[in-house]
Amino acid sequence: MSWQALALSVKLAAVVSAVLCMIGLPIAYWIAYSRWRWKFLVESVVALPLVLPPTVLGFYLLVAMGPRSPLGRLWLRAFGHTLSFTFEGLVVASLIYSLPFTVQPFAAAFRSVDQQLVQASATLGVSRLRTFVRVIVPLSYAGIITGLVLSFAHTLGEFGVVLMVGGNIPGVTRTVSIDIYDQVQSLNYVAANQTALLLLAVSFLTLSVVYAVNRKVWAL
Amino acid sequence: MTSGLTGDGEASAGKRALSAQIRRRFSGGFELAVELEAPAGITVLFGRSGSGKTTLLNCVAGLLAPDAGAICVGERVLFDAEHKLNVPVVRRRVGYVFQDLALFPHLTAEQNIAYGLGGLAVSQRRRRAQAMLEQFRIAQIAGRRPAELSGGERQRVALARSLVIEPHVLLLDEPLAALDLPTQSHLIADLRGWNREHSIPVLYVTHSQREAFALGERVVVLEEGKILAQGPPQEVLRAPHQETVAQLAGFENIFNAHVVSLHESHGTMTCRLENSTADLEVPLSQAVSGAPVRIAIHAGDILMAVECPHGLSARNVLAGRLMELEQRGPTVHARVDCGAIFRVRLTPGARESLALDVGRAVWLVIKTYSCQLLEREPQ
Repeated sequence: MSWQALALSVKLAAVVSAVLCMIGLPIAYWIAYSRWRWKFLVESVVALPLVLPPTVLGFYLLVAMGPRSPLGRLWLRAFGHTLSFTFEGLVVASLIYSLPFTVQPFAAAFRSVDQQLVQASATLGVSRLRTFVRVIVPLSYAGIITGLVLSFAHTLGEFGVVLMVGGNIPGVTRTVSIDIYDQVQSLNYVAANQTALLLLAVSFLTLSVVYAVNRKVWAL
Repeated sequence: MTSGLTGDGEASAGKRALSAQIRRRFSGGFELAVELEAPAGITVLFGRSGSGKTTLLNCVAGLLAPDAGAICVGERVLFDAEHKLNVPVVRRRVGYVFQDLALFPHLTAEQNIAYGLGGLAVSQRRRRAQAMLEQFRIAQIAGRRPAELSGGERQRVALARSLVIEPHVLLLDEPLAALDLPTQSHLIADLRGWNREHSIPVLYVTHSQREAFALGERVVVLEEGKILAQGPPQEVLRAPHQETVAQLAGFENIFNAHVVSLHESHGTMTCRLENSTADLEVPLSQAVSGAPVRIAIHAGDILMAVECPHGLSARNVLAGRLMELEQRGPTVHARVDCGAIFRVRLTPGARESLALDVGRAVWLVIKTYSCQLLEREPQ
């Protein structure tokens, strides 16, 4: 089993989950409460990675990060190298790929908060932002944990997008699932099985946590 | 109609009165159109469900914008459609106790109360919350969450939470609906105690007849989005639309009175009606001798006789003179002067067989248990 690949995957998943938490909260708040007519378009874009084949998403991301796209040129000028085939590139790709796994549970949780509590908070002179921090977020903890755990697990195991955008550079972009693929390619089934079993266990554990939190098995 | 019963020591309260002219149309066809003046003290908003009570509260709180009109507290304008002015909810300083209370389930009683004090230093916040906990007698449950509180305790927390920010107006949406009677009156007493110091207008929504005519210094009767009558409880019943009001209220006769003597062994007490020499024997209550009470009697519960009746179980036989007779539909409405004016309902048949005429001497017979006792604050 490649510990290096596992460490890289865990690092990637942790970074992605942390960043998604920060950008996911405002996006989910907006999706939950906005009354904008065309909101459904934004919702569709956010949910797109759920249905899009990872190779399609990876392909477009690769193109967007390449030196021929405006974005890629900008990054090249700022940092001296392109985003593709780097750890940062993987982070950016995974953020987009895992966005719906964070935003949708967040938004569902926000929507289920009793609106009268929000109104009560307003009559007590408390601003929207503080109401969000002190009422909406604490009452949505199950949804927030779900979103974070799902995005972590999803990033940990992703394959297609990583392969397209990151390639297979040991210690930089070779994640566990790519490592498994490599092992199988070289007929090293024992090593592949060890890693795969670990991912299976982690996935099962993750989902157990999600369901337990939502069933309120522990009083948090 | 202005109230002469709002009590003394409230000369400055007029400046802080709530005045609202509100027009709000809904897509379903319902329209709220009210003009309301509420001075400091409790004003009861009384009406059936769907009469627009909660809508009115939401407009005052700023949760709902009227189509037209203006809402002011004293000099302070909260809403003015003409000048496109709409102070946001957060800055209105209107306390609101929702029907379901809307306590924050993840916060303790004390944290709920301190919630609106975010702008203060921690020590000051604690001090203010503690003072509120003590004033509303819930210090012992400060650390508990709403799920661990009784109905009455939850009400107290909600009330304390909305009052701790020192609002300029307090809105109560059926706050006592779920409570038993003693719990209700204790809570009201504590609210009154608080309001003696702060003297703000309190709008108290209820559909309970008992609450409407017992609690408030003033009653506003709402029906289908319109105000049918407003004023002191006993005056409201004499208002032009009094028939509907009385129907809503459930009794046509309401008298201010005070206890003259108690007859514990009989389970009754004698009360002298205000500004009259008429006495009524009513069911014994917690009241002490000299205490002010309010007595309500259905017009249909009063018997009328043309000779002084004898040998009745009814304790109240009042001599009087028939002042007015009027037939409306299948009912004859009579007004009888027995020192105080009583409204009596008869059938046309009874009118005929008694040969009733205006000016005639009559006797009214009222059972003790037909006299409903309402609590009343000393004026």
